Amino acid sequence: MKPNTQQLHDLTTQVRRDILRMVHAVNSGHPGGSLGCTEFLICLYQNLMERKEGFDMDGMNEDLFFLSNGHISPVFYSVLARSGYFPVKELATFRLLNSRLQGHPTTHEGLPGVRIASGSLGQGLSVALGAAQAKKLNKDTNLVYTLHGDGELQEGQNWEAIMYASAKKVDNIIATIDLNGKQIDGTTDEVLPMGSIRAKFEAFGWDVLDIKEGNNIEAILKGMTEAKAKTGKGKPVCVLLHTEMGNGVDFMMYTHAWHGKAPNDEQLANALGQNAETLGDY
Amino acid sequence: MKKYTNTGNKDTRSGFGAGLTELGQKNENIVALCADLIGSLKMDDFKKNHPERFFQIGIAEANMIGIAAGLTIGGKIPFTGTFANFSTGRVYDQIRQSVAYSDKNVKICASHAGLTLGEDGATHQILEDIGLMKMLPGMTVINTCDYNQTKAATMAIADHHGPVYLRFGRPSVANFTPENGEFIIGKAVILNKGTDVTIIATGHLVWEALIAAEKLEERGISAEVINIHTIKPLDEEAILNSVAKTGCVVTAEEHNILGGLGESVSRTLVSNNPVPQEFVAVNDSFGESGTPDQLMEKYKLNNEAIINAAIKAVSRK
Repeated sequence: MKPNTQQLHDLTTQVRRDILRMVHAVNSGHPGGSLGCTEFLICLYQNLMERKEGFDMDGMNEDLFFLSNGHISPVFYSVLARSGYFPVKELATFRLLNSRLQGHPTTHEGLPGVRIASGSLGQGLSVALGAAQAKKLNKDTNLVYTLHGDGELQEGQNWEAIMYASAKKVDNIIATIDLNGKQIDGTTDEVLPMGSIRAKFEAFGWDVLDIKEGNNIEAILKGMTEAKAKTGKGKPVCVLLHTEMGNGVDFMMYTHAWHGKAPNDEQLANALGQNAETLGDY
Repeated sequence: MKKYTNTGNKDTRSGFGAGLTELGQKNENIVALCADLIGSLKMDDFKKNHPERFFQIGIAEANMIGIAAGLTIGGKIPFTGTFANFSTGRVYDQIRQSVAYSDKNVKICASHAGLTLGEDGATHQILEDIGLMKMLPGMTVINTCDYNQTKAATMAIADHHGPVYLRFGRPSVANFTPENGEFIIGKAVILNKGTDVTIIATGHLVWEALIAAEKLEERGISAEVINIHTIKPLDEEAILNSVAKTGCVVTAEEHNILGGLGESVSRTLVSNNPVPQEFVAVNDSFGESGTPDQLMEKYKLNNEAIINAAIKAVSRK
């Protein structure tokens, strides 16, 4: 049974706590983008995706998700653990020696839920397109979801993939862009202004929709349901998810400073104080 | 000296095309991808026979490698086809992260490797690809010597689970290995038994090594010739067994002297049985335009170069 809105809120808060505690414990990792995508990934795994019990690499007859911006591994790992792919207590091994929870996601250590390594940016959409085309060959009607950073779109391989997807009518994919307007060196406009991302995707033949409140669970569910309805119509679907980096922790918001920086003890206590425990820490 | 007959010159890339065609008929999970070089890679028949399993990617090799990695999720066995330069150097990070590190069952099939690509010149003549690919953990690296062996290798790699780099070339060269011969990944083929020097050759240099061995025999030097079609994993046992008998080695490859077969053999020798070794390879330079034969002569990658190297290796014992 799918969780109700209150349960999704509780999960989101708990995932935020996981992210903060994970990066604090090893004094490294990427909390900003992770916090910004927490609501989205919870909605995806807990409500939107059709998933089978357990994990197998081929993922036949279930929806698949590919994380292209692999540095937001903290939120990915937390959501995977809290969706039953591996024990929640394993989150405590994040970035430690001999862990399955590497700094960036990988299949190499056999972590259930991960189907491709990511971290070197710009590769996820191509992989997802291959998986989507394999689904078509297998007469599998399930969908492929992806998530990409907006700064990540500066990598040229994305545009090869974006061009290919519409040319080949890969219409069983929903690619979501985390539009937080920030990257390591500053705002995306400071680093490399990209103009209208909507206009670019549309010019490349995609069906594009915005989720203006990308940190609002109800807005995400509504927007993604609309996105789903657009699949199967001959065009790939792009969701522009407007998020706030560092969402849910006041001092991490409205800045790019927490892209790849961990909180100290005091900052952690402050951040956790803003996100009271709901489902039990790992 | 065991005699080998050239049954007629053929290009190795056509061996790839023929192997892919047969695979397509045998196994419906085989899919093929190409980046706008279908004719050059001889993938026309596969495309014609199985249009639904053929993916024309356009001139976008990075995307091609990623799509191939994704196709494995769902049980497909993708064969990508383009020139060796665009199969490796251009897409190294895509292969590294999305294929090798992700343990994906992708077969990277590369034509026009080395100098024998000819007139197009150094922009297209990659001489570093064996090195790039052999350094990737888990990657199998194969460089076949003729049409028949390329066809056999193409079919064999489909049954091997894991990423493979299959390297072949453009020109028509002697076709002398058995038709429908057995191809065992990682198992060297002893083409001629000898006692004075071991010639370990790969790719187009294997035929040259056989010619060299014949000429060396006339000079009273008995050469053992090993066709080392698989550079990784290297058949160390075959190399060490031969060297125990001959006491010196010549390696021959259409590749940079740095990072290729020769260095892999050296590593095996110094760790087990250090003996003199001479290298027939490109001496850390780019190529240039010219006919394949002119280039192989200018860069000293022919039977004459192998003979000279063998004489030198024997003299150093």
